[in-house]
Amino acid sequence: MKGSKARSVLPGFGLSLGFTIFYLSIMVLIPLAGVFIKTTGLTWDQFWNTVTNARVLASYRVSLITALSAALANLVFGLLVAWVLVRYRFPGKKLVDSLVDLPFALPTAVAGIALTAIYAPNGWIGSLLVPLGIKVAFTPIGITIALIFIGLPFVVRTVQPVLQELDNETEEAAVMLGAYRWVTFRKVILPQLIPSLLTGFALAFARGIGEYGSVVFISGNMPLKTEITPLLIMTKLEQYDYAGATAIALVMLTASFLMLFIINYFQWRSNRRATTE
Amino acid sequence: MAGAITTHLSDKASIRPKHTNESPVVRVVLTVVALLFLGLIVVLPLASVFVEAFKRGADVYVASITDPDAVSALKLTLLTALIAVPLNTIFGVAAAWAISKFRFRGKNLLITLIDLPFAVSPVIAGLIFILMFGAQGWFGPWLDDHNIQIMFALPGIVLATTFVTFPFVARELLPLMQAQGIQEEEAAASLGAKGWQIFWRVTLPNIKWGLLYGIILCNARAMGEFGAVSVVSGHIRGETNTLPLHVEILYNEYQFSASFAVASLLVLLAVLTLVVKTFVEWKTAQREPDGERSGEQHAH
Repeated sequence: MKGSKARSVLPGFGLSLGFTIFYLSIMVLIPLAGVFIKTTGLTWDQFWNTVTNARVLASYRVSLITALSAALANLVFGLLVAWVLVRYRFPGKKLVDSLVDLPFALPTAVAGIALTAIYAPNGWIGSLLVPLGIKVAFTPIGITIALIFIGLPFVVRTVQPVLQELDNETEEAAVMLGAYRWVTFRKVILPQLIPSLLTGFALAFARGIGEYGSVVFISGNMPLKTEITPLLIMTKLEQYDYAGATAIALVMLTASFLMLFIINYFQWRSNRRATTE
Repeated sequence: MAGAITTHLSDKASIRPKHTNESPVVRVVLTVVALLFLGLIVVLPLASVFVEAFKRGADVYVASITDPDAVSALKLTLLTALIAVPLNTIFGVAAAWAISKFRFRGKNLLITLIDLPFAVSPVIAGLIFILMFGAQGWFGPWLDDHNIQIMFALPGIVLATTFVTFPFVARELLPLMQAQGIQEEEAAASLGAKGWQIFWRVTLPNIKWGLLYGIILCNARAMGEFGAVSVVSGHIRGETNTLPLHVEILYNEYQFSASFAVASLLVLLAVLTLVVKTFVEWKTAQREPDGERSGEQHAH
């Protein structure tokens, strides 16, 4: 980004940037600003009472805990999947690699009904778990499974390229110095993966908090127990309580914008490190 | 962020000497655990859609997807994507051109702002348009006076869909065009090519596969969007129901076979998207045998 301020010989700067900013403003920025403006119509007490109501607080807890558990599960299994895809060879590897992207491409409602069918008490896996006394569908575990599905590609696809580009020399050196495989992994490989793991984790977490389609079917939507925050906004909208819905939306937006800036900061930092090396 | 084509599975990293690899037992165990996990989380749901869809026979399946309500939902879904995707494609190309070919202040901020819709819950994406165009919204009374219906009608569905799929094409093109640099375009300009000529003859051929994948991915999300559309659609059967909403309605009415039958159409859309992605990766790997080294190659 630094260097000469020489004028580019390429045309179209004004047109492309102008259109970009115009379209961004009317499609995204102005509509989003509406949430902030609408909330100013509430007094502070009204706002505070809405966003700290017991049912709302319970929904934050459900959303946070399930999104966090799912992102943690994806941190472990996403790394495992990326590791196996990059470092090992086995038949059907290409197919498995493209399957990882399925959650990006599959409509969330379809994922929702499919997962519910599998994990419901009479489903393929649900029926196996009933004798063990484990209920998945219509509990927070079910929500977590839906969010694992949704978040998986984020972790795999951020870790995979880094793992692919890792140079062998440091690993070789560790071996020369007598490190065991596990120690090499923990002390040499893992530290280099941490920035991408954190980015993937944050992306999966942020997506999980806002997710709606795949969750509503499997969650059972019981207030105080399995009601996620986006669903609560939906419920308020159906009751024409626009001010209430907007107040909760503001809390969610603030949280997710914070996440977005943290993620972009991570990515910006790791990009900068990559280019300076 | 949306699964940009950044990885090419090459054999480079998987052919390793023994001393920098795990023992065969560990390798097999890790591979089996990874495949089991993927099977449980990804493959099983996919399979279950088709099993449930055909549970009551092919007749029910055919009847479900040729039902007039299903057909009109399909039409609305196609129409919505047909408006939203081209809009976001034009935006994506313009944004990627401005960001990758020029230097200006606030570039990082602009990139972050383009990502905003990714960070917004789909439900909130619907809500913001209700606040603007709903009956109690800012433009609500004016629209009402002029008899223009935006909410609970096609324009609202298109707006919400466009918002949700806003960053896809831009996000796909940006890393690609940043890696390609500006040397080729500058060469064309110094040889006297005009603006659009440079774009059509030099830039577009370089980015066409990435652009194709961006469009396909944007399209998959546009056709599959559920939460945002659910807020603004009003769920009028045969009128403002998209395919994902139709799936939900059938499911909530306990017509499971019909619901999964319609869902299977959306699964085919997802599978098609992945096939195109694999094809695009194969194409770009062919062009650039060394994966992501394109920047350096063009610099010579």
